[in-house]
Amino acid sequence: MNELAEAIPYLGRHHPKAARALVLGLILLAPVLAASVGNTWVRVLDAALLYVMLALGLNLVVGFAGLLDLGYIAFYAVGAYTWAFLASPHIGVHLPFWAVLPLGAAFAALAGVLLGFPVLRLRGDYLAIVTLGFGEIVRIFMGNLSVTNGPQGINMLDSLSLFGWEISRGLQVTENFKINALVLFYYAFLLFVVGSVVVIRRLQFSRIGRGWAAIRDDELAAKAIGINTRNMKLLAFAMGATFGGVSGGLFGSFQGFVSPESFTLLESIAVLTMVVFGGMGNLGGVIVGAIALSLLPEVLRHIALPLQQALFGKVLLDPEVLRMLLLSLAMIFMMLLRPAGLLPANARYARAEYLHDKQEAA
Amino acid sequence: MSITLLEAQSISKRFGGIQALAEVSLTIRKGEIYGLIGPNGAGKTSFFNVLTGAYTPDGGEFVFAGSELPTGKPHEVVARGIARTFQNIRLFREMTALENVMAGHHLRSDSTLWGILLQNRHMREEERLITERAYEMLRYVGIERFANTLSRNLSYGDQRRLEIARALATEPQLLALDEPAAGMNATETAQLRTLIETIRHDGVTVLLIEHDVKLVMGLCDRVAVLDFGKKIAEDVPAVVQRDAAVIEAYLGGGHHAH
Repeated sequence: MNELAEAIPYLGRHHPKAARALVLGLILLAPVLAASVGNTWVRVLDAALLYVMLALGLNLVVGFAGLLDLGYIAFYAVGAYTWAFLASPHIGVHLPFWAVLPLGAAFAALAGVLLGFPVLRLRGDYLAIVTLGFGEIVRIFMGNLSVTNGPQGINMLDSLSLFGWEISRGLQVTENFKINALVLFYYAFLLFVVGSVVVIRRLQFSRIGRGWAAIRDDELAAKAIGINTRNMKLLAFAMGATFGGVSGGLFGSFQGFVSPESFTLLESIAVLTMVVFGGMGNLGGVIVGAIALSLLPEVLRHIALPLQQALFGKVLLDPEVLRMLLLSLAMIFMMLLRPAGLLPANARYARAEYLHDKQEAA
Repeated sequence: MSITLLEAQSISKRFGGIQALAEVSLTIRKGEIYGLIGPNGAGKTSFFNVLTGAYTPDGGEFVFAGSELPTGKPHEVVARGIARTFQNIRLFREMTALENVMAGHHLRSDSTLWGILLQNRHMREEERLITERAYEMLRYVGIERFANTLSRNLSYGDQRRLEIARALATEPQLLALDEPAAGMNATETAQLRTLIETIRHDGVTVLLIEHDVKLVMGLCDRVAVLDFGKKIAEDVPAVVQRDAAVIEAYLGGGHHAH
């Protein structure tokens, strides 16, 4: 969060406390502000938080360990379908979230290791091609198996619930004041995002984080200092997939419905774009990238559709087309103006409190 | 002084039609500085790569500290106590000098994934210790003031030093240096020489591959000479310098422009 605050022009540099308060306030009040405009916008924010989690997980694989993964959305699918199987009337099992989410994460991690094994020796383009294929395989399986209901997907998924209270029913605080379910989802997802950031930072400042960064910077040298590159790469795939699995489960609970079309290659690319756009390796950057690139297309959709109607009397450009156009434009302008991302990575791998010269390290 | 640390037994390696190493046998004793020289393409770096597990030899084996070394598994070779540097410096570019050395401690630290996620006492203590040791190691090679500088921004000579510090962080018994003086000026070479002598003095055996014959002759206790993949001499520098085959390899025979 401090990284985000520092990134605010002027304020971040001269009034760090005010900047931090501003960021914190925005994060906490965002759903309330959005709700005053319309519930659609709260929904958009909820989805944005899921993208943030996905981007954070993918950043672990791409930004830290340097393994280009174009099939990341497959782990999201694994998490979502785990939720669909274990918390819906589909096969009549209704496990609570604290059982389903870890299971989804575990299955996703397993899928990560399964993907990791055959690609251990691959790098760069070749790795990208194989992971892309993996993502498509998972999606096509989900779309053709009968247990997954094929392309129709599975619906009526359970929502997040705690002690029998379902979040989707909202929270009746007093007689005439009720907290909207979408707002509640926002805070629930926010907790998961904060948890993810904590976990990732702990990994980053450890022998594991340094091992990943070493493999990313120079695999041969990493081997030469005794890093077991096979195990560290598998761990990177598994840990990255875990975040995908958890956010997939949350997606299932939020949407109440899963189908293969949510897990297309374009989604993988969108998440990767968020990581690269924000600044690979930098958590703050990745978060900003994910929020920006999931909010902007929605804003555009709400402006462009009425605008097209008014100007031409019909819709010429589909919102989905506009979204891809925006992602592409974002990449092009980023490469021209800020090739290292919005907030370039200056990721550190040693705990600041143990450093001798704290001034320089900051 | 004369305990054998590393014994190479008839090491052979072939790349297509080129016999890079032909039954090379040599013995490195504990506590010495051992030089491996030879003209370009003589097989020095191939020997290095086979020893450190980057390549698998076609024949022969290494006996290190009394038992056979695994081949083709670099990280296990390091674990056994052989650390190396590279001819063309290979640092972790996006990490600071300190972090490079801390990464070198990876092998000698054992915090588990759960320990790290839970930030248990062992993990925090180990992390603090690794940081302290990394500072000490940077001080040892003389670049502590650049601890928080990205390694790619260091000067050439300092990058070489950092690479040595990172290798030493793996706590080796044998430190293998691949042309550490390449591209250094006279002052830097002199400083490097002092550093290598200090390292040996502190109990680490050194294997030195070097082009700079003057440095090798002045620094090494014993020297082996490779030519076309074969060992043509192995003795103290004074004897090797006068060896007819060595002079032939370096000066004449029409094979080389040296």
